[in-house]
Amino acid sequence: MSDEHIDEVSGISTTGHEWDGIRELNNPLPRWWVITFYITIVWAIGYTIAYPAWPMLTSATKGMLGYSSRGDVNNELAAAEIAKAKYAAAIQSKTVSEIAGDDALREFAVAAGSAAYKVNCVQCHASGAQGSTGFPNLNDDDWLWGGTAEQIQQTITHGIRFVSVPDTRLSEMPAFGEIITGDQVAQVSTYVASLSGPVQDAKLVEPGAKVFAENCVACHGDNAKGNKELGAPDLTDAIWLYGSNETAIAAQVRAPKHGVMPAWVERLGETKVKELAVYIHSLGGGE
Amino acid sequence: MLDNTQVERLEAEAVNSAKVRQPLYAPRKKIFPKRASGSFRRFKWLVMAITLGIYYLTPWLRWDRGPFAPDQAVLIDLANRRFYFFFIEIWPQEFYYVAGLLVMAGIGLFLITSTVGRAWCGYTCPQTVWVDLFLVVERAIEGDRNARIKLDAGPWTARKFVLRVSKHAIWLVIAAATGGAWIFYFADAPTLIGEVFTGTAAPVAYITIGVLTATTYTFGGLMREQVCTYMCPWPRIQAAMLDENSLTVTYNDWRGEPRSRHAKKVQAAGQPVGDCVDCNACVAVCPMGIDIRDGQQLECITCALCIDACDSVMDKLGKERGLISYATLSDYNANMAVATAGGSCSVNPSLVRTDGGAFSDRLAHFHIRKIFRPRTFIYMGAWSAVGIALLYSLLTRDRLEVNVLHDRNPQFVTLSDGSIRNGYTVKLLNMIPEPRTIVVTMQGLRGGEMSVVGIDLPADRSFAVAVEPDRLKMLKVFVRQPADQVGSATQTFKFRVEDKASFETDEYTATFNAPEITR
Repeated sequence: MSDEHIDEVSGISTTGHEWDGIRELNNPLPRWWVITFYITIVWAIGYTIAYPAWPMLTSATKGMLGYSSRGDVNNELAAAEIAKAKYAAAIQSKTVSEIAGDDALREFAVAAGSAAYKVNCVQCHASGAQGSTGFPNLNDDDWLWGGTAEQIQQTITHGIRFVSVPDTRLSEMPAFGEIITGDQVAQVSTYVASLSGPVQDAKLVEPGAKVFAENCVACHGDNAKGNKELGAPDLTDAIWLYGSNETAIAAQVRAPKHGVMPAWVERLGETKVKELAVYIHSLGGGE
Repeated sequence: MLDNTQVERLEAEAVNSAKVRQPLYAPRKKIFPKRASGSFRRFKWLVMAITLGIYYLTPWLRWDRGPFAPDQAVLIDLANRRFYFFFIEIWPQEFYYVAGLLVMAGIGLFLITSTVGRAWCGYTCPQTVWVDLFLVVERAIEGDRNARIKLDAGPWTARKFVLRVSKHAIWLVIAAATGGAWIFYFADAPTLIGEVFTGTAAPVAYITIGVLTATTYTFGGLMREQVCTYMCPWPRIQAAMLDENSLTVTYNDWRGEPRSRHAKKVQAAGQPVGDCVDCNACVAVCPMGIDIRDGQQLECITCALCIDACDSVMDKLGKERGLISYATLSDYNANMAVATAGGSCSVNPSLVRTDGGAFSDRLAHFHIRKIFRPRTFIYMGAWSAVGIALLYSLLTRDRLEVNVLHDRNPQFVTLSDGSIRNGYTVKLLNMIPEPRTIVVTMQGLRGGEMSVVGIDLPADRSFAVAVEPDRLKMLKVFVRQPADQVGSATQTFKFRVEDKASFETDEYTATFNAPEITR
């Protein structure tokens, strides 16, 4: 096999390898290919010096350029923070009403607030802010504690019945099941239901009004319109946190449920809370 | 028993035997096209000047669109997603205009090819134009065909080195100018050229210039005819595009054959002799390196330079022009039938001439009528239909649009007075480069009222909003309907937008959702 063999057809020498009479031509590699190949080798060596490459015992070599993909992410995040800084500073220095009144700032705050909402608020208030039984719908125009941007900010900042925070919004309706008789509960529930719609037993309305006047007006007001200072709901409207029929109302009169909302300012910071307030206010029900 | 000498030997030859087998890879044989002159060459210079002129100068044309839009006549503004073409401005959703133009270009290519063959390849294809330009440079520096062959075969002298370096340098300059011109279509040209030369342009500009410089130099200078022969699909498609009435560059062997370098001697011997003097002028000028006398072939881009070369030889010999000419296959076949007496003998040029030496009147000549045939009418019709449809849609298109997205989560909200509210994202598209005031009206929802976030108007069923020039304005609109007016769970109503100044309007039919039972 050692002696040189020249292929008849092409006149090119073979490698000396032969399989069943088929010989392998010893064509040289195209020059451009060889050059490219050498360039890739040089490039690869340079690359392993410049970039993280060789695995060592605990980590890979760092590379002379100090590149890392995590660093890349941090750079991008830092760039995003810088891009946002102008807005963030403005939001920090302005009141929520001022933010809501400025087109560009509002747009930014709504977008930022919407993102924060999706992380922190959807668990109770649902993804469309429509809430559910016991968790207020934030789209509507009925606000237990007030629906101006400032009042919303206050609620988010300090929470509701979040007793570990001194400034939290605090109120508690007594369990009237222990104060008035069962008949009176039925009467007052029917009366309350009658304020916003038809009821089953109209006879109970008149005595119910009396029970209401004796027990409920202190918080819910003479006209049952509620009191936002106390978080006492308006009983004449179409919106019911715990249900609108007599049975649901009676249950709430007998032993009221009280929702609790955490205070968010420590966790999210004041800027984020402002953005959330502007976002919630923009949902359509803001006052 | 027969012995082996009695077995009949078949006349067969192994076509794939080692003796005749060709290698699968053949190195390129260089082509040194000779300079041609004549009417087709002049026409090609003209086409080259026009096409290069269009390419290099278009980005520098200005077109006044007022203060709110760029003044570049042709601009593809990728950053703002706008395409400007003189008086036309196209938004991304109107991209179908570009699609329509591409359809027209395709059908137009069919039309042109079915009538005058591969005229696109021969005259206007960028590959042809730039190769032609590169050949001009090559000829100017290294001389015409013979000088170039000699130089190429000769040893590497200082002169050869200087010539080669200057040729490639000029090629690279042309290539860079080509790549450079491309980027001006994508940004304001006068600004960008300053940025390019001061090194402040965007990296993508330099990358684009680099890539296009490399491709122009490689395709136009180094690869040339190989691009057409090996890379381009069009030569393969042309077979389906040409028919017997398409004009193609044709060697008319019915008058050319039998070719001879010694016509007089052959004639004296009483043999027939054709007009072709076998001077190879047609081969020498061919940029594709083919011999047109072999007939129509894949490589032929129908640049018609062989016609010029042959015509000038015919002129010198005092013979009629057109030994190589634009001819249709049907005419060619008819004339071949005349020259071969209906196929009964090989070509005898005396059959196509009268005794006086003039051409016989039995010969077929191209007539302009041949262009008008069902096939070309169909192409023309389809092309015009697409064109008219595009034009109609362009002239009647809306420059004011409204799009509405209905909030799905939640679909509706019950308000304290029992009324139902739906939320909508209303997008107003002001598609002209001027600021406008748009009046948005709500129609067809009983008792419906609108309110808009960020607009302090006492909005009821109508409000006005200013929209920036050439921009989209997004509004969050709430629509509420009193409880006693709610008709059904799903109602439809209209958002109507109007520009009171131009009377342009647009409408969007939106739905209004309510709970099944309202208290």
